[in-house]
Amino acid sequence: MLENKEHKVIGTRPIRHDGVDKVTGRALYGADFQAAGLLHGRVLRSPHAHARIISIDTSRAEALPGVKGVVTAKDIPDAGDKVADLGEGAVNLKYLCDNILASDKVLYKGHAVAAVAATNPHIAEEACTLIDVEYEVLPPVLEVRQAMEPDAPLLHEHIRTTSLGETAEEPSNVASHIQHKLGDPEKGFAEADIVVEREFITGTVHQGYIEPHNATAHYNADGQLTIWCSTQGAFTVREQVAEILQYPVSKIKVVPMEIGGGFGGKISVYIKPVAALLAKKTGKPVKVLMNRSEVFEGTGPTPASFIRVKMGATKEGKITAAEAYLAFEAGAYPGSPVGPGAMCIFAPYNIEHVIIDGYDVVVNKPKTAPYRAPGAPNAAFGSETVVDEIAEKLGIDPLEIRLLNAAKEGDRRADGPVHPRIGCIETVEAAKSHPHYTAPNGKKHHGRGVASGYWFNIGLESSVTINVNSDGTINLIEGSTDIGGTRASIAMQAAEVLGIPAESVNPSVVDTNSVGYTAVTGGSRTTYATGYAAYEAAQDVKRQMIARAAKLWEVDEANVQFADGEFSSINGKEEQISFRDLCGRLGETGGPIVGSGTVNPGGAGGAYATHVVDVAVDEETGKVDILRYTAVQDAGKAIHPSYVEGQIQGGAVQGIGWALNEEYIYNDEGTMTNASFLDYRMPTCLDLPMIDAVIVEVPNPGHPYGVRGVGEVPIVPPMAAIANAIYDAIGIRMTELPMSPDRLLKAMGKI
Amino acid sequence: MARRSHVQTTINGETVEFLCEPRQSLLEVLRDELHLTGAKEGCNNGNCGACSVILDGRLVNSCLVLGVETEGKSVETIEGLAAPDKLHPIQDAFLENAALQCGICTPGFIMSAKALLDQNPNPTEHEVRYWLAGNLCRCTGYDKIVRAVLDAAAAE
Repeated sequence: MLENKEHKVIGTRPIRHDGVDKVTGRALYGADFQAAGLLHGRVLRSPHAHARIISIDTSRAEALPGVKGVVTAKDIPDAGDKVADLGEGAVNLKYLCDNILASDKVLYKGHAVAAVAATNPHIAEEACTLIDVEYEVLPPVLEVRQAMEPDAPLLHEHIRTTSLGETAEEPSNVASHIQHKLGDPEKGFAEADIVVEREFITGTVHQGYIEPHNATAHYNADGQLTIWCSTQGAFTVREQVAEILQYPVSKIKVVPMEIGGGFGGKISVYIKPVAALLAKKTGKPVKVLMNRSEVFEGTGPTPASFIRVKMGATKEGKITAAEAYLAFEAGAYPGSPVGPGAMCIFAPYNIEHVIIDGYDVVVNKPKTAPYRAPGAPNAAFGSETVVDEIAEKLGIDPLEIRLLNAAKEGDRRADGPVHPRIGCIETVEAAKSHPHYTAPNGKKHHGRGVASGYWFNIGLESSVTINVNSDGTINLIEGSTDIGGTRASIAMQAAEVLGIPAESVNPSVVDTNSVGYTAVTGGSRTTYATGYAAYEAAQDVKRQMIARAAKLWEVDEANVQFADGEFSSINGKEEQISFRDLCGRLGETGGPIVGSGTVNPGGAGGAYATHVVDVAVDEETGKVDILRYTAVQDAGKAIHPSYVEGQIQGGAVQGIGWALNEEYIYNDEGTMTNASFLDYRMPTCLDLPMIDAVIVEVPNPGHPYGVRGVGEVPIVPPMAAIANAIYDAIGIRMTELPMSPDRLLKAMGKI
Repeated sequence: MARRSHVQTTINGETVEFLCEPRQSLLEVLRDELHLTGAKEGCNNGNCGACSVILDGRLVNSCLVLGVETEGKSVETIEGLAAPDKLHPIQDAFLENAALQCGICTPGFIMSAKALLDQNPNPTEHEVRYWLAGNLCRCTGYDKIVRAVLDAAAAE
């Protein structure tokens, strides 16, 4: 399947197709949408982390001049016990609906309870203060281990733990327990000369995309619902809204506007169905925008977690056994990413005996959502710190111990799958030989740390259509939201097939009525799967063009070949025509050409990364500075290397924020006390050095050009790499995230 | 509803008149009244810089300025930066360096960079990082943004 020839377009760095629009301010994002007669919606949110709703009285709000409509959960059709499969696994529809507008209970501070549409946003905001909600306040449960206690207050009286196929009789906050087992862990630990076991805590963190959620909805008189919004997947918005409103997908058109970041956080819908309900009630287009605190308090962060990791090794450094206990906060409703965390935790290693237990636990915090390699960073913080400690205690170089135990093709992951061709060894070797790793590192309170990470990546469905233009260019129609340059990386794959420059492709991301089904931009799948669909669509164009050349020359199609942008006859007649010239002759040879490609590929290639970081620890303040950072990653094949580097750099920096600063800070009542960009402190450019991104290319056999997903794995190693660097600097193992100045001062015994 | 005030100001070199409520920020006026949506709202409290514009030569967060305060002043926004047939060197440098991913923070960064280069045409890397620390980007890790601004400075 893998094409082993020289590339003309792939691997080059053209200007992205949507670039000019985005540097001139012309690109239209969700909040930029305007319509005549537009109303503005605003959501009223719960001030309590856990409470029963006794009553909601909207009459005073409805009486305010300028208010055109108010909705509550009563306006959502009764979901019953239905379970809906929305492309990312089955979801209990009642949970989905209750998270949109709470019906009987509010389960976190910021939980939506009602919404208003008014003639301007200020009136809508004022009207929200006039909605009278009577609550019976209940004690909140804010931490995963507390929630797992048998006497903990219950969020949902009907949740009973499902554990390895069995369902418990008593209600619990533990929604599910999963387990992966390989070999005989007891035997493996008995074979070890050294065993290290540690417990880890990670805080709740947010994706932190700069653009808040937004949605504008309009119902036509014929019942056609249109939603303009920024989303990671227009089709998943269509499906979720259809399920929540019990409305046919064929009557919903979702128009994806440009999106200002997502990182997994813009897959679940929040205000999109609310805008639709308000539009239905008022008969007008309604725009609903979140503010920043609503984004923090009302949309999915990624879970806090409690993790225990135990690993054993021989004195030569061979890891003989590994055990992990992962308890993840799901937030208000079940569905944390503990599953992916359990899949990834020991994946950089080939270990014979493994046991992994994972627990999905509800707490009174917003329902968690995916965030870049969801679950894997939490897990790797534990495992990669323990590997470092084993290496240190055995006196083995930390990259050497990774090479000694590295996973390779044919090895089995603890959750079952056997690795295809992977680049684990290659990334560790590239890190080991990098000038950063071999540079001197000896100053007082300076330290160097390394860590590896894995993310499996996904395939899923994608569709691409190509319309051939008479001047030798093509219009490429796709359904994948472009969050970071994927118009370019998809267009370049079609250009490569057709032997034309990247600039001769005009890519468009279109609405759900205008392209075949395409799953979300997530799982690092877009350049892989939608790129694959573009490759197939271009192959379709090529086949049709060959037929046209054959017709033109009155030869058999088998006698036409295509290479380097030229069609030529290979048998008898000496004919030649360029792609461009043939495009100008489509009318006379049978009419326009439209190529299409649809895929649901099973060959997504897992990605490995190894990061090296130097830190300085300020003994007086506890502040950790990042001095130098190198991130090595296997991209399979980098279609547009600049945007691959960008993904690596951005992921690493999100990891640096997670490691050092970022966390939801709650008071005892369950109110987040830092719901702003001032107090939830993400890294600024002043906090960082340049991030050296090193691309390794071990082609993925499951893609014609060898592409692996690149977006997610760079966030997996940073937390452990930084913790290991801090240990190298001051001799203290930090086991709680974030490793903020106060925690460091405490660990150093200064406060 | 409060009475709307008449305001006359200069935006990107053109005289502009608008009506706005006293509580409306410059950001709201630009986006909702004048449909100049290049300035973005990321936080509405001055922490993210996505709404950066230049007011009488000074870099400001337009979410922290009231619309009525711009009476008689001059506002530069991202929409005024490029010539009809030519991008500004900072815009070119952002494209050449792949210094944007989702692009939502890009107009703010470009305006902020312009304000820097207007007063310091040859900044060091540290000066660039210090100046741009009021603009948040969550996609890029800032590496390529800082390089773009240094390149633009070298090109100008």
